[in-house]
Amino acid sequence: MSHPPGSVNQVSHDEVLVRARGLTKRFGDFTAVDGIDFDLYRGEAFGFLGPNGAGKSSTMRMIGCVSPPSGGVLSILGRDPVRDGSAIRARLGVVPQEDTLDVELTVRENLLVYGRYFGLPRRIIRERTDALLDFVQLSDRAGDKVDPLSGGLKRRLTIARSLINEPEILILDEPTTGLDPQARHVVWDRLFRLKQRGVTLILTTHYMDEAEQLCDRLVVMDHGTFAAEGSPRDLITRYCSPEVLELRFGPDEHELAADKLRDFPAERAEVLADRILLYVTDGDDALAAVRATGLEPLTSLVRRGTLEDVFLRLTGRRLEDLCWPPPRPWPAGAHPRDPCALSSAG
Amino acid sequence: MYRRIWRSSIWSSVLGPLFYLGALGLGLGTLVDRHGPVATASLGGVSYLAFVAPAILASGAMNAAMSEASYPVFGSVKWNRIYIAAQASPLRPGDIFRGHLMFMTMRITMNAALVTVYMWAFGAIQSAWAVLAWPAATLTGLAFAAPIAAWAVTVKAETSFAYLFRFGMMPLMLFSGTFFPLSQLPGWLRVLAYVTPLWHGVNLCRMLSLGHVDLPVALANVAYLTALAAVGIWAGARSYRRRLYV
Repeated sequence: MSHPPGSVNQVSHDEVLVRARGLTKRFGDFTAVDGIDFDLYRGEAFGFLGPNGAGKSSTMRMIGCVSPPSGGVLSILGRDPVRDGSAIRARLGVVPQEDTLDVELTVRENLLVYGRYFGLPRRIIRERTDALLDFVQLSDRAGDKVDPLSGGLKRRLTIARSLINEPEILILDEPTTGLDPQARHVVWDRLFRLKQRGVTLILTTHYMDEAEQLCDRLVVMDHGTFAAEGSPRDLITRYCSPEVLELRFGPDEHELAADKLRDFPAERAEVLADRILLYVTDGDDALAAVRATGLEPLTSLVRRGTLEDVFLRLTGRRLEDLCWPPPRPWPAGAHPRDPCALSSAG
Repeated sequence: MYRRIWRSSIWSSVLGPLFYLGALGLGLGTLVDRHGPVATASLGGVSYLAFVAPAILASGAMNAAMSEASYPVFGSVKWNRIYIAAQASPLRPGDIFRGHLMFMTMRITMNAALVTVYMWAFGAIQSAWAVLAWPAATLTGLAFAAPIAAWAVTVKAETSFAYLFRFGMMPLMLFSGTFFPLSQLPGWLRVLAYVTPLWHGVNLCRMLSLGHVDLPVALANVAYLTALAAVGIWAGARSYRRRLYV
């Protein structure tokens, strides 16, 4: 279910839906969001890319009008989120990072209760429920309890629920974290269709492929600020070489090779725990040159630059490393379903 | 504005008071009443069943309030995160608080209605005033539910609730003139009991159920409970906002 790159919907650059200037969020001494500026236009899909603790979720909560900014200016749909929060929220859809479904109710009842939160008449909710369940392909589970549904189905239900008020802006906080690849593709496909229908999407993610698939424009966020901004393609051209050579050596040779390759005539070399990345113009030439120095990698791969490389370049860290640490015992209070909860500060 | 479909754990509320009334009213009551006029005199000349039944009504309302306003409120933030879902809608924290409080009050009223019917069935009611014991019990429950919910939403670890039940509910149950008249307590403890909210609820329900209504005292009871509920409602809107809008 892949889509052609580039967007097919109309982005209206005249109409700014969200405007932030010097937007800041502090929790005590900790600054989660540190004076960011951005404009979101109607119809676009805008992504916040970054590791946990970068300030993405804090930004989402401020846009969702459930977290008052500590400083700066924020305007959503032309209104002030602190004063008109309720009226703004009536026009937003929110897909939170962790599902907040009522698991003891059925699929249909979840939509009914949620629609009632928005003060919608039952008749309207009933009509929309049928269409929405059809849209997320859950019609045949309408009468089922939510609890036994798989993670992917729950996510689709959460998305359906967030659309009950026909929102103009849909805010998605890590929409596919914790889903298996197939379930992620289904979610992406539905989100892509929403975008085509003209719904403005704001999403956070730490998946590069997700950002590449869905976002017209994205910002790389780190330590509460924007490290870079642009379309996925822009960012790759700007911050990454045309090709990347990935080399894997045996555990004994890894450091030796790393030392040798530091002086290698590549645009840049990145030494990871398990691999060495060389940013070069031509991967095959570079591989030949590496072999010429007497190094023989166990495996090698020549690929094009990706957002992952952009992120590595900008923050010096790998996104996935930051989110998916090796399994460890859960401290009290952390939700076992969400490994990121351990480190998420923002 | 704010609606909610909720599964009810009906069994504990149906059978709980029935066991209490049965065991205390009939079991313990027979023992007490057997001592004749000496014992019943300190109860105000009524049977133990008639004495204890309205107290079970009032303390049942307190128990219902405490269980509805503690874990469910905490869980709506931490476990099933219903508040977090509701928060994304136009509802404000104060709406969420008052909506949930309405639900709690409904549960308390349903429980109280049931106990009142039991009381009638057991022959524990001695006056038509008892009809008012039902709303009085509801008010007692609300006086507990509102402040407890206001506090529960701020709770960080669920162990706090164990303290509430151990050091709040238990002593109140035992020392608020529930199972024995306050006159049996030493003076200083009696004064302490007059300050606690449950005594006001018990006293109010008992006066109504027995038909011995002392109007100034009854009004004082109502005023005390109403004030407590009002403070809780005021505090809840604030604590919910602080907790949910971070």
